[in-house]
Amino acid sequence: MWKTVVRRFLIMIPQLFVLSLLIFIMAKNMPGDPFTGKITPETDPARIEELRELNGLNDPWYEQYARWVGNAFQGEFGNSYTYKVKVSTLIGERAMNTFWLSLLTAVMLYAIAVPLGVLAGRFHNSWFDRGVVLYSFISYAIPTFVLALILLYFFGYKLQWFPTTGSVDVREVPGSAGYYISKIYHMILPAFTSAVLGTVAIIQYLRTEVVDAKSMDYVRTARAKGVPANKVYSKHIFRNSLLPVAAFIGFTITGLLGGSIFIETIFAYPGMGQLFISSIASRDYSVITALVMLYGFLALLGSLLSDIIMSIVDPRIRIE
Amino acid sequence: MKTSEELLVIKDLHTGFRIKDTYFDAVDGVSLTLRKNEILAIVGESGCGKSTLATSIIGLHDHNKTRVQGEILFKNKNLAKLGEDEFNDVRGIDIGMIFQDPLSALNPLMRIGEQIEEGLIYHTKLTKEQRVNRVFELLTQVGIPNPQRVARQFPHQLSGGMRQRVIIAIAISCKPQIIIADEPTTALDVTIQAQILDLLKDLQAETGSGIILITHDLGVVAEVADRVAVMYAGQIIEEAPVEELFNNPKHPYTRSLFNSIPQMNSDGKKLNVIEGIVPSLLKLPRQGCRFSPRISWIPESAHEKDPVLHEVAPNHFVRCTCYKEFYFKGEEGGRA
Ligand SMILES: Nc1ncnc2c1ncn2[C@@H]1O[C@H](COP(=O)(O)OP(=O)(O)OP(=O)(O)O)[C@@H](O)[C@H]1O
Ligand code: SF4
Ligand SMILES: [Mg+2]
Repeated sequence: MWKTVVRRFLIMIPQLFVLSLLIFIMAKNMPGDPFTGKITPETDPARIEELRELNGLNDPWYEQYARWVGNAFQGEFGNSYTYKVKVSTLIGERAMNTFWLSLLTAVMLYAIAVPLGVLAGRFHNSWFDRGVVLYSFISYAIPTFVLALILLYFFGYKLQWFPTTGSVDVREVPGSAGYYISKIYHMILPAFTSAVLGTVAIIQYLRTEVVDAKSMDYVRTARAKGVPANKVYSKHIFRNSLLPVAAFIGFTITGLLGGSIFIETIFAYPGMGQLFISSIASRDYSVITALVMLYGFLALLGSLLSDIIMSIVDPRIRIE
Repeated sequence: MKTSEELLVIKDLHTGFRIKDTYFDAVDGVSLTLRKNEILAIVGESGCGKSTLATSIIGLHDHNKTRVQGEILFKNKNLAKLGEDEFNDVRGIDIGMIFQDPLSALNPLMRIGEQIEEGLIYHTKLTKEQRVNRVFELLTQVGIPNPQRVARQFPHQLSGGMRQRVIIAIAISCKPQIIIADEPTTALDVTIQAQILDLLKDLQAETGSGIILITHDLGVVAEVADRVAVMYAGQIIEEAPVEELFNNPKHPYTRSLFNSIPQMNSDGKKLNVIEGIVPSLLKLPRQGCRFSPRISWIPESAHEKDPVLHEVAPNHFVRCTCYKEFYFKGEEGGRA
């Protein structure tokens, strides 16, 4: 299996290459450049031109591209025009924030969705099931920002249980226990919001899987053996129903890592999603291209991760 | 015919499925007896209620949507009265079941050994080690070479015939007195079919259990059965020891199954053979005879009002008297 994993990684290289080319060309073709917004009537056009020349923005695109790829190989994506720091440093900080947020979101997501979906399926058409379906409808219909704002208003503003912005209390000393507690504390509300929104798909999927599995032949075999109902569920129905959900974990995780643009923006959480939005607004090419590359890489990684998970949980699938 | 102890006595069994708050009987007044040491075959075309009969006996129907009335007497208990949980004391221990499709009948995520062991966990006091040994023993008994290896494999790694052997091993793991086999060979290759049937016969001879074998293959019946019941639309229309039935089929439906009737007469015109299919559950005529629409050329007067089984020879029962009147056009003695 490890051979396959290595091979899949190697296949990613040409895929990423094509992706990088597309991204670069598209970024270049967007109207304006980092200096457009800085031109005021007082600015000397010659000075702007000089800056463009200095930054290599007047070179032919392929030269710029080659320079960019060459640097990217060294983990160097240039400097952010807006923040005046290295793109790698900038993304690195945000990526850690997003990583922890995603992790907490994923934990909450599965902790809520799996029991609800499984029980709704088991007690199909019961009051509990109807309640879950109603919950699904509501959380499906409600737009992200509305739910985020409602939670923010009640738990952040009215009850003041949770902080409403940022990723950590600035008064805490980095590295101290209080610092980490503060970090987790800041993540709870945004993580919960995006977890709730993500539950619908998993709940509905699981619920139908469980209902379908009940009438499967192997379940009938288990009953014919005289296996008690609870065990039929835990050993046969649930295991098989969780399979497709497990297969999707890879995508879910990398999807979360992409950072939720809405959530991070509304909760003013300094993660990658928020960075992405702000760099698009300020035409911060070096940041945009690096982020899109990262997202592309994450998507490829997600599918690989899913394949690996699948081959572990389902004996019928062996990746060769 | 072997005569011995009665194992299972079914009396006037009705099994109905609830469809929009009304129950429709798919098994409609079946009475049958299964004895020790015998293989009782149940034949009939698709949809006549064979599987429904089987699942009623072992309680595998959906208890919320199914109504079972009548008596299924086994060891002084009426199985028809048991609920899903109570059935767990019967299923697997007293009655084992073999299914049609051996791939889907096994859990794809569980090792073969675990699946065979499972019944032993709930029905025996064996230790883990004893159970594992029993699994190997069972695998050997059903003719699987290298049981240690197979026990660790998953269903998809085995061939169809092997899987069916595993299903049989599961069914016999707790030495049940009754084995119900619902079309155990239908999904298999012809050569494998014969092997599986031989295995069933051998197991039966070894254990003295009674087997209910459901099939629509008369070749299978001829090969293994001791007694045959022919079902039509939820009812038994003929029942006899296997030789008697093959030599002397009475009911027109049985005869049509045997295909003993000419399909064409000499001048090439089509005969009145039995056409059509079993009516669906909702459309079944609930009064009078279910079969009469399929032999529409028989005069009204020939039908019994409420046909019942008559014993026409020792142990040979036929529903109604129509077999006396019955003829296919062009058949010997037939009126045109
Ligand atoms: N769960 C169910 N709900 C409603 N109707 C059912 C159900 N199971 C079976 N039936 C109907 O009951 C009748 C008898 O079905 P059954 O499966 O017992 O037939 P069968 O003789 O085993 O047929 P086959 O040879 O195709 O297996 C059919 O008309 C079928 O459509
Ligand atoms: S003669 Fe009897 S069994 Fe035959 S079709 Fe008529 S009523 Fe039915
Ligand atoms: Mg059937």
